This record gives sequence, structure tokens and C-alpha cells, in this order.
Amino acid sequence: MSRAQVLETADQAVAGIEDGSTILVGGFGLAGMPFDLIDALIRQGAKDLVIVSNNAGNADVGLAALLAAGQVRKVICSFPRQSDSWVFDRLYREGKIELDVVPQGNLAERMRAAGAGIGAFFCPTAVGTPLAAGKETREIDGRTYVLEYPIKGDYAFIAAYRADTIGNLVYRKTARNFGPVMATAATTTIAQVSEVVPVGSLDPEAVVTPSIYVDRIVVTEARQYTVQGAR
Amino acid sequence: MDELAAVIGHDIPAGSYVNLGIGQPTKIGDHLPAGADGRPAVILHTENGMLGMGPAATGDEIDPDLTNAGKVPVTELPGAAYFHHADSFAMMRGGHLDVCVLGAYQVSARGDLANWHTGKPDDIPAVGGAMDLAIGAKDVYVMMALFTRKGEAKLVPECTYPLTGVGCVSRVYTDYAVFGIEPDGVRVLATYGISLAGLRQRVNVKLLG
Repeated sequence: MSRAQVLETADQAVAGIEDGSTILVGGFGLAGMPFDLIDALIRQGAKDLVIVSNNAGNADVGLAALLAAGQVRKVICSFPRQSDSWVFDRLYREGKIELDVVPQGNLAERMRAAGAGIGAFFCPTAVGTPLAAGKETREIDGRTYVLEYPIKGDYAFIAAYRADTIGNLVYRKTARNFGPVMATAATTTIAQVSEVVPVGSLDPEAVVTPSIYVDRIVVTEARQYTVQGAR
Repeated sequence: MDELAAVIGHDIPAGSYVNLGIGQPTKIGDHLPAGADGRPAVILHTENGMLGMGPAATGDEIDPDLTNAGKVPVTELPGAAYFHHADSFAMMRGGHLDVCVLGAYQVSARGDLANWHTGKPDDIPAVGGAMDLAIGAKDVYVMMALFTRKGEAKLVPECTYPLTGVGCVSRVYTDYAVFGIEPDGVRVLATYGISLAGLRQRVNVKLLG
């Protein structure tokens, strides 16, 4: 893949996304949520989507807005039910959306595996619980493990802090969360950033996502939003 | 529960790396041991990618990019480090965390934990990081009310709620007593306003004195 394209608008960044795509969406709650890419996807209109993200939308913005627009067939996530997940809750109770609940560490590691070319891995999480029901297990050195398979995306939407013009990324605080893992696990990775700087101006020791994983970049305005539980 | 948070905070050894989950256990953060320099003597891990988490943020400190596992704005302490989600959960699953404290619907006499799903058909399941923490931390402490609103003990012979982890809990802190899950059974380590005989009447698990 050639070097990342720096695009003018979020609409250009999400152009060509097909119906039925699997999209990895960064963010933990609203921190690191790629709002502008999601809003552009709502305008773009792709439907029947499978969304992989930690949560299933908060309040009426970001992922919740995409769900409300009826574009999502299935959500693969660790924690859908929150005090402000009313959009998902309604669609789920009306039978209008599928849910696959995955332990959070498995969600991250399954994407890491996809990005690293690992065919599957044995993991101790969920042994003896309903989330391991029907899955292959193996005893290794006296401990039981469950076989878990990769989760690969057609696209990844991530929000990073700063990019250089070839696509190296740095993040900000806990907004990093799933971004670096998702960037490796999708065919096409699209990053919204607060700023693009000239190549050579990011400290190579501090680059978190190397450019090889990033395909499209768009600069977006920082967004104000209310944080749950803020006081 | 504030008093219980203080009890648990006091029991966490200085120098530990600790995860306080979401909800009630996060109150323990206000009761952790302090070092000679007045700074916390334990380092808090939050699943969303940080070691060295500080207290809740207020006023101008609030930064939407810096939250805890409950999505509440927090602060960073000197020595903090950020990392991505796969690394954060490798810290759990790799056995690097010393202690985690979780809430629970039920704990069994063998240390099985049920805390993620009531199993009711109309309940939306949500597991988050609970299963990874349960099998990953060296010591898993549970913080919960001992009885339901109906008066049923939540320390049970076998969990009836869907399990989070098997044989993973080492200690159960409740409003009536602290229990140690030990190889030979459940030991009562402390009681609050109830006798051992009184506990044995209300809890259907063999209790070692």
C-alpha cells in the first residue's frame, strides 16, 4: 500500500465504503471516538454494517447516531449497556440489531491477532462461563484455555491526536485505547486527527502507530462534548 | 460502603499495582496507603490504558481524553503511563496486576464469581473487562453487600447467576464480614455487628472461624 492520503474532508475519507462492511470503531465511551468519520458515514449512507467497538454508543452522538440512522446490522462489543446507551437498548429490545458480547481483553487481542497474522490463540479469559460455551478448550501446563479467533475489519475508524504527512500517529491520554490495535487489523485504516504535521517533525521514538498501518487521514476540529459523570 | 472502602484500602499492600474496576470499588481510591512522600503507595491501573491514575477530575481539570473505566474524568499522577488496549489487557492476563477489586451478584464458596449478567431474558448482557480481570489479577477481591434486598446471602454454595470466572476470588469484603476463600473452605476474617453464629444462620456456606 502506498503512503497515507491526507484528505480535505471526512466525506472524502469515508468514500467508497460498501454496504455490509465490517468497521472497527475506536473509542472507549466518548474518549477516542472518531465522531467526524462516523458523521460522514451517516451522510455516505452505507448500511447493513457490522460495527466492532468497545461500547454500543453513548447518548445521541457518534456511534449512537449511526445506530439510530439504521445503518448497523450487528454490534460486536464488550459493554453495550450503560446509563446513556438508550439508542442501542431500544434497537436491541425491538430486535432490530444483533449483539455479540466479547470480553474486552478478547476484543483487543482478537484484533491484535488479526493485525499480526495470528490464526487463533488460546486464552484463559471466560473459561467456565457462558461466553466460552461451545468453544474449543485445551489444557496447557495445568491451566485451561479457550480458543479465540481473530476479528478483522474492512475498515478501521480511529481518532488520533496528531499525524505526520505519511501517516505516523500519536495519541492523547486514554483516548488512545483501541486505536493502535484497530489500525493494524483493518484492510483500510482511516484516522481523524487534530493536526497534520510535516514528515520528520514527530519524534520517531514517540510514534505509537507507524505509518504502514494508516491509509487515509483527515484533520477535524476538536469537538466539545459532555463527559458522563463529570462534576 | 465508604467504611468498607477504607477497610479494603487499608488491606492493599503498599507497592501494589491495583485495578479498582467500576462502580463501588472505585471509592477505595480515596483510602489507599500513602508513602513517606505523601503520594499514593500503590499504582492504579485503569483498563482503558493507563497506569498511575489519579483522583477524579473536577472543574478545569476535566479532560474528555482522560477518563477511568467508568468513563468518569480522572487525573494523572507523576509517573503515569498510557498504553493501548491490547497492552492494558496483557497486563491483566499476563498476571502482572497484584490486586483487583470487583463488585458481584454472587460469590461461591469455591471462589467462583458472578458479576456480569443477571441472566434474565430482558437484561442486556455487558461484560467489559470483568472476565479478564477475574482470571488475571494475582488477588481478586470482591466488594459487595452480603445480602440482597430480600435478605438472601450473596455468598452461596454454587452461583445461580452466569459466571464471570471460576475459582478466582480470594477475598470477599461485605458490610457484615470479610471472608477469605481458602483451600479448606471459607474463613471469616472479620465481622461487623454480627456474631459468627449469626452469620452461620444467615449464610448457607460452611464458615470456618
